[in-house]
Order: sequence, then structure tokens, then C-alpha cells
Amino acid sequence: MTKGKIVGLEGSFAVAEAVRMVNADVISAYPITPQTHIVERLAEMVADGELDAEFICVESEHSAMSACVGASAAGARVFTCSAGQGLELMHEVLYIPSSMRLPVVAVVANRALSAPLSVWCDHSDAMAIRDIGWIQMFAENNQQAFDLTVCAYRVAEDKEVLFPAMVHLDGFYLSHVIEDMVMPDDKEVTGFIPEYEHPFVLDPERPVSMGCYGPPFIYSETKKAQEVAFENTKSKIQETWKEFGDVFGRHYSPVEKYRMEDARIALLTMGSSGETAMLAVEELREEGKDAGLISLRLWRPFPFKEFRDAVKDVELLVVLDRAISSGMGGPVCSEVKSALYDKRKKPNIVGFIGGLGGRDIPVKGFKYMVNRALEKVKAIERGEEIETEMIGIRE
Amino acid sequence: MDKEDEELFVPRLVTTEENFASGHRACVGCGEALAVRHVCKALGKDVIIVNATGCIEIFSSLLPQTSWRVAWIHTLFENVGAVVSGIEAAYKARVRKGKIPATAVKFVGFAGDGGTSDIGIQALSGAMERGHNFLYCCFDNEAYMNTGIQRSSSTPYGAWTTTAPVGKKSIGQMTWKKNMPEIAVAHNIPYVATACPSYPFDLMDKVKKGIEIEGPAYVHILSVCPTGWRCPPNLSIELGRLAVETGIFPLYEVINGEYRLSFDFPELKPVREYMKKQGRFRHLTEDVIERIQARVEEEYLKLKEKAGVK
Repeated sequence: MTKGKIVGLEGSFAVAEAVRMVNADVISAYPITPQTHIVERLAEMVADGELDAEFICVESEHSAMSACVGASAAGARVFTCSAGQGLELMHEVLYIPSSMRLPVVAVVANRALSAPLSVWCDHSDAMAIRDIGWIQMFAENNQQAFDLTVCAYRVAEDKEVLFPAMVHLDGFYLSHVIEDMVMPDDKEVTGFIPEYEHPFVLDPERPVSMGCYGPPFIYSETKKAQEVAFENTKSKIQETWKEFGDVFGRHYSPVEKYRMEDARIALLTMGSSGETAMLAVEELREEGKDAGLISLRLWRPFPFKEFRDAVKDVELLVVLDRAISSGMGGPVCSEVKSALYDKRKKPNIVGFIGGLGGRDIPVKGFKYMVNRALEKVKAIERGEEIETEMIGIRE
Repeated sequence: MDKEDEELFVPRLVTTEENFASGHRACVGCGEALAVRHVCKALGKDVIIVNATGCIEIFSSLLPQTSWRVAWIHTLFENVGAVVSGIEAAYKARVRKGKIPATAVKFVGFAGDGGTSDIGIQALSGAMERGHNFLYCCFDNEAYMNTGIQRSSSTPYGAWTTTAPVGKKSIGQMTWKKNMPEIAVAHNIPYVATACPSYPFDLMDKVKKGIEIEGPAYVHILSVCPTGWRCPPNLSIELGRLAVETGIFPLYEVINGEYRLSFDFPELKPVREYMKKQGRFRHLTEDVIERIQARVEEEYLKLKEKAGVK
């Protein structure tokens, strides 16, 4: 029942189509590989009149996000996109829309961080901003990059949400790869995205002071209010994905499961490597291992309940991190462990770091992780301590 | 002017409406607060102000109170140019798309000298280069006063600050004040001016010109800071005047590239008269003051040449 026509598009163009269909008012962006195709396509759309928006070619990513903040506070539907170093330069500004409750939507073409300079994919940029209060969703393919961008607007701008939302698509793996996907009609997307109306905007007729200064007697209360509101976005996100599924026939959940019904061994990934991991699951099954795959669609707010449910019968959870939390192992693995700490029954958890700076992880890489993890479980049972292993390193 | 005359004449010259409410937490004698008050009188109600982090934001917006009777936003220190760009772009797009009616709303950025000539210069340069329709007011109190009198690129030569202290090997600030108005002029924007609240009508006049002109406008306002300049608060107005009368801070406009001196003095007062009233210059020896005098005269002459004044 998926509606629309099949087209071949690279991930960047799919995102640009979503931004055009939601009819963004202001786009503010600074070019950085591998995000460039998104801004180039949007600039063409504005130049050709396909999209009626103000396109601000700012002089830095710091200003890209700052201009989005200003435009959103003035009542506009806004868009920006970045990657790697650019997202890090935005870092300071990212706190503003989440704490001032401005529904900025951003797409990040995930990229490694310097040094050495690398324009290629990993999740270091996404992990560096995980504590800021942005809704963070990960796409596995170009269809999802499109769908999640559309959904990001509907979620972020909901009056019960009013938080910024970020869609992550892996740089080059998705941003520059042409895949076939279903492109819905403009009208269907327009119908799914209501007009944006923020209850408080910068308006001389109704003057408000935004971004006032918070001394100790009030700062904690504002942060508590923000955190409660942020946790509450989970239900709205799921509701939106359900309604999206009803209209477009593609269904999303915070924790995606593949062959998990009877799985005792689960791989856990985020982003584009999920599809490779699925092939590994198939091969492991053929070899008699009851493997499955968990893909974290929603990274923030973290879907504790759905995640705990997904692993309740799992004996071994193998986590892939495409980033390093220096001195602490992999960030996803650390968080997954903490999410299960209070559970009486929990799987053994073995973390690996791989796919840094655009290093491919082939099917055999995932199979290696599972087999290595089984060995490590034996070591754990012998009372030995295990360390996070980096895979595919030439030594 | 006695009290009766004041009540009779002042309301005819300037609105009695206060869009920047009293009761804020600025220091006694704050030249910046006075400048903001005058600027807000000139701006009127139909305005959206973007404020950088700094003294103004701190003394005017302590939650849950605010001094702002106009639409006002503060986000960060260094991004006023970018935030105001976004607001102006949002207005243009929303009017074009029929979402809001076209009005005479003005977009205005406020920042201190640090927020303008140091940390915020990139965002400001970008906004001026892109040609957004906005006015930017730099309230220059010549150091990072909000954090406790640290030097900025706008601190004058020879001034004591906490990060350019006077010592056996230092006379305080060892660099000449960055000429921020000239940097604005170099962007070929239609309006640049310098002003000072010691000359309130000149200040308000320049703010009005800045908002009426289409495109970016920049007004650089010298704001005496008794706390940081180490002077009695009752000297705020006098010191502003002396800064102008000595040629240290000349008042001028640059309209579409044409320079015009707002006040010309046949003879400048010696800089010593300005400096001796301030604790931040107390340590300076005669030879340093003479060096400053020579530099001020040289710069003033250059400005006069640009303005075509003999």
C-alpha cells in the first residue's frame, strides 16, 4: 500500500525533496563534505522557484544554526544540514533551540572528526552532540532519510513537543549513493505536515523577551521542565511514525528488529551498516546460530522501554560503535549497558568499535564480531575482564 | 534649563515613551544603559532586537523579570549578526508566502565591543556582506566589563585592564584600539556612524537614519563605563563629551561611502583632559600621553581628509 512512484535518488537529493515538500521558509547552511549535495540541490530548487524559501548562505556552521534559531524564533519553518567538523562548530548553538524550545530541523551526513582530516563516515559527530536535547533519528537507507526528515518536521513542530530534531544519514554510504525509493506526491506530504505555528514568536505586536538570564534560583527548574518535556516527546514520536505508516505504508519504531523473534544472539547497529548486518544475520542463521539484529532508529530520547523489551530474551548482545568515547570504549555500548544495569536478567554485552573514518565493515566483519563475542563470553565466564576491541585494524 | 522648561520642551524633541524600562541592574552612571534607553526611544515599538551576551543582557533580563517592552531575544555571545539575519529572512519569506502581513518592523542587533570587534566579528561581517536589512549597534565600553574589565581589541592604548595590567614591563594595553567603524565601512554598507549618549539627539538621529536606510547599517556608540574606567559615576556624560572634544572618539557618519563629520572643532582639547579623570590611565607617563596625543591628531586629520574638511 506504499503510495508514490519509484525513483532512483541519492540520499542527499531525497532529503532535499523532503525539505521542498514540507515547504521550508528559511534554509541556512554552510557547505561541508559530505553534506554538500543537500545544500546544492536546495539552492537549485530556490533558484528555480520550486521552493519559495530564503536561502541564507552563511559564513560558518555556527552562524548556520544561529540564523535557524533566529528564523525559528520569528515563526519560520527552518532547515539546516551539516556534518563532522561543521556539526562540532555548531555545537555551542545546538543548545539554544533545545533549551528555548525552537523546532529547528537539521540533517547530518555523518562524518568522522579530525585529526587526521577525514571526510568519510563514522558516528563521532552524532555522538559528540548526544547530550544536548535534540531528537536524534538514524536512517538506514535513502527511503528512511526522506521519511524521517518529513516526520522530523511533524514531531518537532507539534505544540506538545517543540524540540529540535536531527536526522542522521551516513555520509557517502547514503548521502552519495543512488538507491531506488518510493517518492510520494507533494500533496500527500503537505497533507501530513500541518502549518507551523509556534505559540510564542518574536512579534512587535506581542512583545516577549526570549533567552533571559537564569540565576541559580531558577536555572535548575528550567532544566527540569526541559527534561520532563523532552522525555515526553517519545510518545509523540511514536504516534507520528504510526500515523506516517497509516498514510504512507512504511512503518518505523524506536528500536527496529530483524529476525529477533527467536534470537538469542543480537547484533546492534545504527545507520546504514544495518543492512550489511542483516546479511550477516542470514549467514549466521544458515550456520545454525540463532542471530538477529537490533537497529536503534531513535537515539535521543533513548528508547529505554522498547530497547529492554527487544533484548529481554537475548543471551548475547554484540554492539557496534562507529565512534570512540576516548578512555571509555564505545559510546553506544556504554549506554546500552547502562540501560540494562537495573535488570535482573540481562544479556552478556560485548562491544566493538569499527567503521571509523569510512572504513567499510563487510558481512564477514559482523560475523567476526559475533564469533569473537562468543569467545569473549567464555572469557567473562572464566572471570576475566574483556576490553572493547577495534575491528579491522592492520597491525 | 530649569525643571519647568525641561517639562515643556523635552517632550517636543523626544518621545517620553520608555521602551527600555527602568529598574534594571546596570551600575550607577552606566553610559551603556543610557545609550540603550536613547536607542530604544529612537527605534520605537515596531522592532525586534537581538542582543549578544554581555552587560546589557545581564542587567536587563534576569529571569523572571525583563526591562524590554519590545520584542527581544538573546541567545549567545558571538552570533548576533547571524540571528538577526535569520529573523530578517524569516520575515521576508513569511510575508512573501502570505503568512504574515507586511509591516514596518525593523531588525536590530545589540552587542558590546567584545561581542562586535572580537568574538562576533565574523557573524557581523557575514550579515553585512549578505546585505540583510538591519541595524547593528555596538555599545563600546572598551573592555569586557561584564566579566570584570578584561581587555578587548577595542580597549585604548595605555589603558589598565585586568588582563592588560600595569606592571614593571607593561603600561597596560599595548595595542591601538581596533577601528571597528572603518571595518564596517569596508563592507560598503549604506550607513555607518559613531555616536555617544553624551550627544543624545545626535545619537537618536543616527539610529533613525540607520533603521530607515535599506540594507545593513552600523552605529558604533561609545559607552562610558565608570566601573571599568575607574572614574566617578557622575562623570559619565562629561567623559563622553571629552572623548569627542579631544578627537579620541570623533562623531561622524558615512552615508553610501560619503564621510561627514557630525561635529568639528577648530581646536581639539588635549587628550590629557580626558585621561586624567580616569583611573585606568592614571599610571601613564607624559611621554606615553604625548604618543597618544600624536596618534589622535594623526587619526583625526585622516578623518577630516576623508570628510573633505580643511
